[in-house]
Amino acid sequence: MPPSPYSAPDNLGEALGLAAAPGARVLAGGTDLLIQTRAGRLAPTAMVDLKRIDRAMGIRPAGQGFVIGAATPCTALRDDAALVAAWPGVVEAASLIGSVQVRNRASLGGNLCNASPAADSVPALIAAGATAVVAGPGGEREVPVEAIPAGPGRTTLAPGELVIELRLPPRPPGGGDAYLRLTPRTEMDIAVVGVGAALVLDGSGRCTAARIALGAVAPTALLVEAAGAALVGTKLEEGAIAAMLAAIDAAISPIDDQRASAAYRRRIAGVLATRAVARAAARARGEQA
Amino acid sequence: MSKLHITTTVNGDPAEFLCEADDSLLAALRGPLGLTGTKEGCGSGDCGACTVMLDGSMVCSCLVLAAEAQGRRVETVEGLAEGGALHPLQQRFLEHGALQCGFCTPGLLVAARALLERNPDPSEEEARYWLAGNLCRCTGYDKVIRAVLDAGRDLRQDHGEKVA
Amino acid sequence: MNPPEQSFRVVGTRPVRPDGADKVTGRALYGTDFALAGMLHGAVLRSPHAHARIRGIDASRALALPGVKAVVTGADFPEAASVAIAGESAANLRDIARNVMARDKALYEGHAVAAVAATSPAIARAALALIAVDYEVLPHATSIAAAIAPDAPLLHDDLFTPGLKPRPETPSNLALHVAIDTGDAAAALAGAAAVAGGHYTTQPVHQGYIEPHACVAQWNADGQAQIWASSQGAFMIRSLVAGALGLKQADIRVTPLEIGGGFGGKTTVYLEPVALQLARQAGRPVRLEMSRSEVFRATGPAPGAVIDIRLGADKDGMLVGAEMTFHYTAGAFPGAAAHPAALLALAGYKVPNRKITGWEVVCNLPSSAAYRAPGAPQVAFAVESCLDELALQLGIDPIELRLKNAVGPGDTGPMGLPHGQIGLIECLEAARAHPHYSAPLAPGETRGVAAGGWANYGGPSTAAVALAEDGSVLVTTGSPDIGGSRAAMAMMAAETLGVPYETVRVTIADTASIGFSFLTGGSRTTFATGHAVIAAANQVIATARARAAQIWGVAADTVAWRDGAAHGTAGDSAGKVLTLAEIAGKAANAGGPISAEVGVNPAGWLPGFGVHICDCALDAETGQVKVTRYTAIQDVGRAIHPAYVEGQLQGGAAQGIGWALNEAYVYGADGRMENPGFLDYRVPVASDLPMIDTVLVDKPNPDHPYGVKGVGETPIVPPLAAVANAVSRAAGRRQRHLPMSPEQVLLGGDA
Ligand SMILES: Cc1cc2nc3c(=O)[nH]c(=O)nc-3n(C[C@H](O)[C@H](O)[C@H](O)COP(=O)(O)OP(=O)(O)OC[C@H]3O[C@@H](n4cnc5c(N)ncnc54)[C@H](O)[C@@H]3O)c2cc1C
Ligand code: FES
Ligand code: FES
Repeated sequence: MPPSPYSAPDNLGEALGLAAAPGARVLAGGTDLLIQTRAGRLAPTAMVDLKRIDRAMGIRPAGQGFVIGAATPCTALRDDAALVAAWPGVVEAASLIGSVQVRNRASLGGNLCNASPAADSVPALIAAGATAVVAGPGGEREVPVEAIPAGPGRTTLAPGELVIELRLPPRPPGGGDAYLRLTPRTEMDIAVVGVGAALVLDGSGRCTAARIALGAVAPTALLVEAAGAALVGTKLEEGAIAAMLAAIDAAISPIDDQRASAAYRRRIAGVLATRAVARAAARARGEQA
Repeated sequence: MSKLHITTTVNGDPAEFLCEADDSLLAALRGPLGLTGTKEGCGSGDCGACTVMLDGSMVCSCLVLAAEAQGRRVETVEGLAEGGALHPLQQRFLEHGALQCGFCTPGLLVAARALLERNPDPSEEEARYWLAGNLCRCTGYDKVIRAVLDAGRDLRQDHGEKVA
Repeated sequence: MNPPEQSFRVVGTRPVRPDGADKVTGRALYGTDFALAGMLHGAVLRSPHAHARIRGIDASRALALPGVKAVVTGADFPEAASVAIAGESAANLRDIARNVMARDKALYEGHAVAAVAATSPAIARAALALIAVDYEVLPHATSIAAAIAPDAPLLHDDLFTPGLKPRPETPSNLALHVAIDTGDAAAALAGAAAVAGGHYTTQPVHQGYIEPHACVAQWNADGQAQIWASSQGAFMIRSLVAGALGLKQADIRVTPLEIGGGFGGKTTVYLEPVALQLARQAGRPVRLEMSRSEVFRATGPAPGAVIDIRLGADKDGMLVGAEMTFHYTAGAFPGAAAHPAALLALAGYKVPNRKITGWEVVCNLPSSAAYRAPGAPQVAFAVESCLDELALQLGIDPIELRLKNAVGPGDTGPMGLPHGQIGLIECLEAARAHPHYSAPLAPGETRGVAAGGWANYGGPSTAAVALAEDGSVLVTTGSPDIGGSRAAMAMMAAETLGVPYETVRVTIADTASIGFSFLTGGSRTTFATGHAVIAAANQVIATARARAAQIWGVAADTVAWRDGAAHGTAGDSAGKVLTLAEIAGKAANAGGPISAEVGVNPAGWLPGFGVHICDCALDAETGQVKVTRYTAIQDVGRAIHPAYVEGQLQGGAAQGIGWALNEAYVYGADGRMENPGFLDYRVPVASDLPMIDTVLVDKPNPDHPYGVKGVGETPIVPPLAAVANAVSRAAGRRQRHLPMSPEQVLLGGDA
């Protein structure tokens, strides 16, 4: 018998078995998958719904860190006070996706595995140092989030693999993160550029760690390690920010498309990075929620 | 391919229907279930005309598979009025003239009720952001927002009376 | 004659519309909510190419698919006659017929080339994939520049620019030429103390109604047909379908369904002739509906424009001369409202010397359709921007500058006749006095102001008023209700008859059940159909008075009518009263049921003018603009239902703000639309806008019993410049290109 075109297994093992069928696709919120299928860009032979699997749903503490089920709708992040306090940048990124209706369905796992360069939550997760738990026929592995996207619409997941959880480390003492994007409209829009920043400040305000990641300026969400490195050891003075901007400018490769020109994206990447760092720093200093 | 048989709850009543695996919940509501109050403006999550509640959270029914409704609770605009009595939101929409063509109205009403159930005293800004997924091309939103804020007031008063 | 100060019982109040409960409960039936037993589902195959010759179409595999009941292509449609169709953007029946189904050429991506009817939507879609179209892809032009270039691909080889004298010898894509030349504009500009001007551009924008087009058609074996559709005019559908298919109008009965927005975009047909042809071939009713992407790719839009303008004033700010040349994108077929654009461009101001040249350009875009005040917003954007520049140059307050030059009653109007009781001056004065205009601006905020107007329209309408046996009142019209006009009709009937609003109910009838009405458009319904309703109500009153007179045995002219009742004045009847309900109750046995149907074509509609004030906050590092405060002021004549009139102002302003900031058709080099959805075609969402304050300026129209002027279209004219003037002041650089997206504001050159 051919596999049912829609199934909603309640355990991971069964889901992995169903997802291993050729042409099968994992379904989380469906806010990308259903649209792409209807537009004829994808033609899955089967859809395996993850939302009845406990591990794929909900937010759980893990020590001082967090485990987020890969199919958890984005709205759940905003409703989790501990997560909001620890990783406000990740939460604000997830809270920018689409509309309330979309966020009640859209998941971090879907945002990541859809592999759009403009996905909002991905730069924020990368900046925060999040990892993805990948489950597959061969067992589970945990990889940095930035290792998942391979190019527009492509991931490094092997056939039959799926992301079951995303993990966020504990917020480091003196840490703060932020995500900012630019869109023509206030809501319901796709990022022209997005920037996630996470940093740690010591008691004197000196930066001891920083990660900067950008969206919509390269084929995948992009971790710019040199940008973070330019901030470490500084008090985020003008010169440090300029060095960070130079590193970003060197790393990104934006394109012209219907949403914006490469030149504009380049310009905005710098503006948003400066602002995101300032916002993350304010959070690190406890000046801003 | 044989159709899927789905058993669900719509506006509090048990309901069942047959669908294809790739049918949307919107298509099932408007087709086999005969509930055409929920509208399709885009079919891609962009307009909110198809907004319904699924297990208590508001979603675009065009982006939900009909099969996902199995065992879940669906609420639509048709369930808003209780018997013959309009919901305060419906009443306020009418009084303010918050609808012109009325095509966005079912989705807006469902979304606005979800807002007021969560926060009966939203600020204008909260209401605007909450309703950003519901396009209205006719009204410029002014009267929609006023109607929603007023209905919140009504609901708070109602609630106050019940508590008192 | 109206008394100078009328007092009203119903007009000016804010009752709930008669169709309201249906619309908040989900019961109202819109285009896709209607179904017939045995109905088939249609789907339309659309050209993937912007411009292609259709060498042949092979539908045999589609027809062989089980469940497919009919396939139609251009070959199944007769060649329609070349007849000009009345409407806001002059169109031709032959072009409309070719737009609904391509014949020898596909003229834009999305142009219909074939359609199928099948037993399910899925089978219909599958059948489309089996239709083989042999295209010869041709070079395309989607912009004005490309379409008027010397080597431009020609869309129609029989198009010899109308309006050009002598008639050109070669065909071109220039589809219309209009020229207005009064005085000596060049000399006036040469002598002007200040001249503002530049090169302005706007992009095609879509009306953006949320309800996609949809209809159901049924063909009977005897040649009679029925169509159920949501549109701005059931009679418009009847005449266009009859013309496109060569049928007799009386054989087509069109029933209007509720309409989910139109804004001008539903003043023509797209699906109806195709659905009926499918139904005819299949022998079963057929539903056709568009997806959102089809709506964007195949309907609307309003023309994009390229405008070169110079406007000059003397040192006191009196306008002395204007020169303006504009090109509008007509899309695949002629008709882009260049006429009204040329006439209205400077209609608000006394400019003694003016030279205006307008061109319509056909190109490989969807055939442009009417959109609220068709043609006016684009030119008003340029003119009102120049006025702002002149105000800055001369150090004159922008409202003051406009007041110095504004037209008033008696001044010469665009058609050379003196203006009637227009209210631009009152609007400008109301704007100047409005607290918004003098409110301090927050740091980083700027304020823009702009005016604008629209000619409005009257046109033929029919209405019927009938009394039920209990005296309650039934009003029937043929004018689709897009935004609450049933309420306005009921209110005018109630006011005229002297009965409570709640006793009047309104039906929008099908084309077989009421006489002809022109479509709902041109801001005409409350004015013209209102005239018909009032006239019919007055006939009912005349009959009711005659019946009372008969009962009392007196002459009818001795019976007075007030407060919804006949009052005797002569002899024994003095002091006697018969209410409408009493007369209705006796009617059957005393002369027969009482009703009246009246057709009118009223003159005396007046143009509408408005002034908008817009505050903006600009993020100078990103170019993002946020509208922080907005006020729309308009002369509405007299508002029958003020809340619904305010709603027209607010909705029009919001559409104009979208046009100004973010809306645009985006085409790739391949001639395909890149943003055919609401995610990337960015109409304003709730969080993009502030409250939109309104001021209804009452300057009643003496040629309407209740003073009505058209209000629906004017509000989209001022916002483009109101927003641009605010942003220009914030950016320190004149904004001449729409949309003012963040990128355009930050980096946009002034090409
Ligand atoms: C109106 C609208 C607005 C939007 N706005 C935004 C926005 O502002 N920002 C933004 O970033 N995105 C936006 N999106 C896109 C989309 O909502 C997000 O990408 C969302 O996070 C996708 O999640 P999902 O759960 O719906 O994914 P799905 O659609 O269920 O899946 C997406 C893809 O990922 C695969 N997949 C899903 N989960 C997993 C998993 N756990 N393991 C492996 N593969 C998986 C699926 O097979 C599919 O290919 C918008 C979409 C819509 C419809
Ligand atoms: S129809 Fe579902 S969001 Fe538009
Ligand atoms: S009332 Fe027409 S779209 Fe909202």
